[in-house]
Amino acid sequence: MSTLPDQARCHALYRQMLRIRRFEERCGELYKQQKIRGFLHLYIGEEAIATGVIDRLEPRDVISATYREHGHALVRGVSMRAIMAEMYGKVAGCSRGRGGSMHLFDVQRGFLGGHAIVGAGLPIAVGLAMARKRLDQGAISVCFFGEGAAAEGEFHEALNLAALWELPVLFVCENNGYAMGTALARSESQTDIHLKAQAYKIRAEVVDGMDVLAVDEAAQRAISAIRADLKPYFLECRTYRFRPHSMFDPELYREQAEVSEWKKKDPLLTFRAQCETAGLLDEAAVQAMEQEIASEIEDAVQFSEQAEWEAESDLLKDVYTPRGAP
Amino acid sequence: MSRTLSYREALHDAHFQALSEDPRVFLVGEDVNCYGGTYAVSKGLADHFGADRVIDAPLSESGFVGAGIGAAMGGLRPIVEVMTVNFSLLALDQIVNAAATLRHMSGGQISVPLVIRMAMGAGRQLAAQHSHSLEGWYAHVPGLRVVAPATVADARGMLLTALADPDPVIIFEHVGLLALTDELPDDAGAVEIDHAAVRREGSDVSLITWGGNLPKALEAARQLEAAGISAEVLDLRTLRPLDDAAIVASVSKTHRAVVIDEMWKTGSFAAEVCTRIMEQAFFELDAPLRRVCSAEVPIPYARHMELAALPSVEQIVQAATEIARHE
Repeated sequence: MSTLPDQARCHALYRQMLRIRRFEERCGELYKQQKIRGFLHLYIGEEAIATGVIDRLEPRDVISATYREHGHALVRGVSMRAIMAEMYGKVAGCSRGRGGSMHLFDVQRGFLGGHAIVGAGLPIAVGLAMARKRLDQGAISVCFFGEGAAAEGEFHEALNLAALWELPVLFVCENNGYAMGTALARSESQTDIHLKAQAYKIRAEVVDGMDVLAVDEAAQRAISAIRADLKPYFLECRTYRFRPHSMFDPELYREQAEVSEWKKKDPLLTFRAQCETAGLLDEAAVQAMEQEIASEIEDAVQFSEQAEWEAESDLLKDVYTPRGAP
Repeated sequence: MSRTLSYREALHDAHFQALSEDPRVFLVGEDVNCYGGTYAVSKGLADHFGADRVIDAPLSESGFVGAGIGAAMGGLRPIVEVMTVNFSLLALDQIVNAAATLRHMSGGQISVPLVIRMAMGAGRQLAAQHSHSLEGWYAHVPGLRVVAPATVADARGMLLTALADPDPVIIFEHVGLLALTDELPDDAGAVEIDHAAVRREGSDVSLITWGGNLPKALEAARQLEAAGISAEVLDLRTLRPLDDAAIVASVSKTHRAVVIDEMWKTGSFAAEVCTRIMEQAFFELDAPLRRVCSAEVPIPYARHMELAALPSVEQIVQAATEIARHE
């Protein structure tokens, strides 16, 4: 267990994780009501990772993530209204309803997707780091991906390029143990993902992805190291997905006992207990957070319900950039 | 003032100019630095611009094309050289799933001003994994712009225009053209990439092609002229977006067309061109359209077999002659 920070920071970390959890619980309900369609991949159980890492970034840093990225977008400051409206498919969505749950973008906040081809975000993150290094030295490119990506060639190509070209990339592997329904040991001969990064001479460490403070500390170490020498760093955050892979998943590949065992490590429960023991958080404070979050979510839902659909006449808009634009 | 230079030299000069004029531009690809480029296009550039601007990449097509996409999104102007179109299949995910989609999928927030150059085409006895023509596959994909310089002037100028384009542009350089020479003015530079070009005026039949088959079409037109048939040669130059107006204008003038395409006939880009003619100029036609494409076979190594697989001047002349006599 890590040492607890001051009360304000404890509240901020807990509040952020709670915000992701409640938002996604509502998304799951809205999916069942068919307000949200397509695929919906919930992050529930993994909230400590996005919270711990993204909170330590600067505005000049850029982030790329996967199709399980609602939490990352929320922590980065993409508005909940814009995220929810995107999932509704409305033009007020953060990607104008063109992307949906899997493709959240907010360039103003350096949130560059939302990539749904496993492993394909890594080379893009490497290129973003090339640009950051040349245009704003000290800024970094952070890339979130699942352990399933380690089976893709693009994972290995990207790690090699980042190390070879000495680029400021923070690779964050969210190892939840399953690539959809395939357990890590069924798909990888070497299940210690961080060792693959070390093989490319990238500094790499294993982090308890269920412990927000452990993630926060590892992120600080990694980010300051990258800013100092502009070379990559790799965090393998071990975590667990409490919900099915997507809303279509009957979960035939894992035992409920395993899920229950991991739920004892729920990052919200464990962090809350730790804070309460230290006298830094109490029921009243949590209730206040719950109320604020509930009203933020309700506002986002109402906003999305009332938001406009994009005119069909705009169908072909934004396939190409208007000529003369930068 | 003008000077004579090769297609290869024109490509080199275009890179030199692009790297000189814009510090955001860099070239990345396999063997572009120490080796000087597989086809010697980048020879000497590294000495002048350094290893930060002329970057040797490992054999990781998906990795370095993806890095090019990220760098373009991040504000740089990468030129990515892929050794051949065959190797580009290893990067198809990045080109089709990312470069082409990011602008639309992000609701117009992102542009990917990336230039990807690749060698393509047969004729050098490089067999079935280094000789193919797949430009029509890329032209199929909305979000990309696809160009095929067929002349020294276009080799000199298209790269510069592509770099100024805010979206991903793929440039197909047919290996059969590298030694082609022409005289260019000293101040030759950027050329527009929105329109097809009539390379030879004619009145009896349109020979429509692009890239590496333009010299064959021009030779066929010379032979047809000797036989009393006036052939117009239209170089499409840009395959996406396609210059429909130029195609319709030529066919409306000649009322007959042969489309020459080094792709296989099944699903060829020639099929797209023919369909557009039928959709937009059907009543202008006095004869069935004809296609001269590659034989439906992986490109073989043996010289005589390779030549037999490819569109030939004889096939073009024969197809044009047949429809020119059709009343």
